Amino acid sequence: MAYDKFNILKSTVVPLSSENVDTDQIIPARFLKATEREGFGDNLFRDWRYDVEGNPKKDFVLNDPTYSGKILLAGKNFGSGSSREHAVWALYDYGFRCVVSSFFADIFKNNCLNIGVLPVTISPEFAEVLFKAVEENPKTEVEIDIDQQTITLLSTGQQESFDINSYKKENMKNGFDDIDYLLNIKDEIITFTEQKV
Amino acid sequence: MEKKTLFDKIWDAHVVRSVPGGPDVFFIDKHFIHEVTSPVAFLNLEKRGVGVLYPERTIATPDHNVPTVDQDKTIKDKLSRMQVERLRENCEKHNIELHDLGSAHHGIVHVIGPELGVTQPGMTIVCGDSHTSTHGAFGAIAFGIGTSEVEMVFATQCIMQTKAKKMRITVDGELGNGVTSKDIILYIIAKISAAGATGYFVEYAGSAITSLSMEARMTICNMSIEMGARGGLIAPDETTFNYLKGKQYAPKGEDWDKAVAHWKTLKTDDGAVFDKEYHFDGNDIEPMITYGTNPGMGIKVRGFIPTTEGMEGSNKSSYLKSLDYMGFAPGEAIKGKKVDFVFVGSCTNGRIEDIRSVAAFVKGKHKADNITAWIVPGSREVEKMAHEEGLVKILEDAGFELRQPGCSACLAMNDDKIPSGKYAVSTSNRNFEGRQGPGARTLLASPLTVAAVAVTGEISDPRDVF
Ligand code: SF4
Repeated sequence: MAYDKFNILKSTVVPLSSENVDTDQIIPARFLKATEREGFGDNLFRDWRYDVEGNPKKDFVLNDPTYSGKILLAGKNFGSGSSREHAVWALYDYGFRCVVSSFFADIFKNNCLNIGVLPVTISPEFAEVLFKAVEENPKTEVEIDIDQQTITLLSTGQQESFDINSYKKENMKNGFDDIDYLLNIKDEIITFTEQKV
Repeated sequence: MEKKTLFDKIWDAHVVRSVPGGPDVFFIDKHFIHEVTSPVAFLNLEKRGVGVLYPERTIATPDHNVPTVDQDKTIKDKLSRMQVERLRENCEKHNIELHDLGSAHHGIVHVIGPELGVTQPGMTIVCGDSHTSTHGAFGAIAFGIGTSEVEMVFATQCIMQTKAKKMRITVDGELGNGVTSKDIILYIIAKISAAGATGYFVEYAGSAITSLSMEARMTICNMSIEMGARGGLIAPDETTFNYLKGKQYAPKGEDWDKAVAHWKTLKTDDGAVFDKEYHFDGNDIEPMITYGTNPGMGIKVRGFIPTTEGMEGSNKSSYLKSLDYMGFAPGEAIKGKKVDFVFVGSCTNGRIEDIRSVAAFVKGKHKADNITAWIVPGSREVEKMAHEEGLVKILEDAGFELRQPGCSACLAMNDDKIPSGKYAVSTSNRNFEGRQGPGARTLLASPLTVAAVAVTGEISDPRDVF
C-alpha cells in the first residue's frame, strides 16, 4: 500500500537504548491475529508498555510524556528475529516515520523501506551523541533530510550522512512501493519465466 | 571463467533485471504461505484489482496459530479461526494448493515443504516467515519476507532484493557423543553473536556438516536467521538426492536423472571468494544451552553464565536486563537449575529424527515430577511415523504429552503458552522475552539435552544421564 511521501523530517526523538530489540518485543505474536492492517500501534511494545493487567508501566519510554516525536532512536541490532512486517506497521501506526540506529536487522530494514518508515543507520559514536543530547534535553530536535541523505542534531549542528540506494530513495520521496515497479514490468517477468522454465 | 559460489550461481540465474542504483528484480520459484502473514497481502492484492500470477508456485498451510488439540473441531479462538478461514477462502479463490488442518500433509510450513519434495536444490524459495532459511539445507536460496513482499510474489512472482554478501562457515572434525546439529548452530551463533551474520548469506561446509542427515542440516540452516543472516545453505549431495528421491513433488524417471545432473553442478567453485569466512572445529563443540534472551547467548551445558567483565554502557545494561528477565546471575553455573517445562517441536527440531532421538533417550525412564513435557510433531507425516515406529508409546510411557502438529509453544500464538516466570527448555529457535508466552523464560537446546532435562527435572548434560 502506498504511504505518505517522505521528505524532510524535523522532529523530537523517542530514545530506546536497549540492544537487540527483536520484533517479538515490538509486536508480540499474540497480536498478529488480525486479517487487516489496522490498529497495530496500540500494541506496539505491548509487554514493555503495559503490565499483565493492562496498566501502563511508568518506566517505559513510550509512557513517559517527556518524550515524543516521529523519530525512534534505537539501540544496536534493532528489529532482529521474526520477519513480521506487523512490527513496522505498529511503528508506523503509532506515528514513527523514521528509526535511527547504529545497526539494523536485515529483514526489518527491508520491511521498513517497503512501507514508508525510513531506517537511518548512523555510526555508534553519533548514536551516543544523540542519546546524550536527548537525555539532556528531551525537546531537542533532529532533522532527517532524505534528499541530502543527512541526519542533523539541530541544537549543535552535528551531522552525519546515511546510505540509501537511489531507487529506494525515489520510492520514499514519492510514496511508491516495489509492487508498482514490478507490475509495470510484468511482461518482462512472464517472458523470463517462460524462457527459464 | 569467473569463480562463483553456490549462492552466486543460484542468485544470478534468478535475476530478471537489475535496477540501476537499486535492487535486483528477483524471481521466486516457490512460495510458501501460512495464515498469519498472508491475509493482508491478499487483501491489498484485491484492493489493487490484481490476481495471483502463478498460483501453482504457491503452497499454503495453517500452522502458526492453530490449536494442537481437537484439530478436527472448529477452532475455539475467534481470531485464530478467522485467520484460518480466511486462508481457506483465499486459497480457494486463487487456486492455491492448501494442506489444511487434519489433511495428510498438514504441518509447519518448513517441515512439509521438504517432506513433500517441493523444496529442491537450486530453487529460490520465500515465505512470510524468517525460518524459511530451513530450506537452504537442500542447496536452495530460501529466506523470509514481509507481507508487502508476499503480495509482490502473488502479483508478479518476483520481489526486489539487493544481493547479500557471502559468508562461508566451515566446520570440520567429528562431533562427540551427545552432540547434535543443534549444538553446532548454537555454538556458531554464540561465537559470532546474534547479529554476526547480518547482511550475509551463509554457506555451511566442512566434514562435520556434510556428514549430517537432511533433518540435521535443516536444523542448522533454520537458525541462520538467529545470527542475523538472510539465510543459510548447504551444497546438495548424495544425502540430499537420496532424501528427495521418490518424494511426491520430486522429479520422476528421466526428469529425475536430468535434475540430479544439474543439481550436481550446484556447488561453490574452487577458488571462489567469500566476503567473510569462519572455521570451527567440530571436536570443540559440546552440548549447548542458552541462558539469555537472544539465541547468541549460549554456553556449554557444563559452562558458566558470563560475567559482566569488559562490558559497559548500554551493552552491559542490556545484558543485565536480559539476565534479570531470566532470573539468573552473572558467573553462575547453568547446570542444576530447576526447570518446569520441556518443549520438543518447531521447524527447528520437530522432525522425525528429533522425536526418535528423544524417544531413544527416555525409553524405560520417566520424566521428573516437576516437569510438564510437550511433544509437538512438525507435521502429520511426522506424527504418523512416530505412531508407526512405536515412539508415541515410549514417550507417553515416559510421561510426555503428544500434541497435534503446528508451531505451538514455539511462538505461543495458540493456547500452548509457558506461564509467566516458568522455565522451559525448548528445541525451538527463539528465546526472546515472552516468545513462549508473556513472562515465560526459554532456554534453547538440542532434543537430546531436552530429553535429559525432562528426566532429571533440571538443566543437565545428556552425557551425564544414563
Ligand atoms: S515453528 Fe516457530 S519458528 Fe518455525 S515457523 Fe512456526 S513459529 Fe516460526
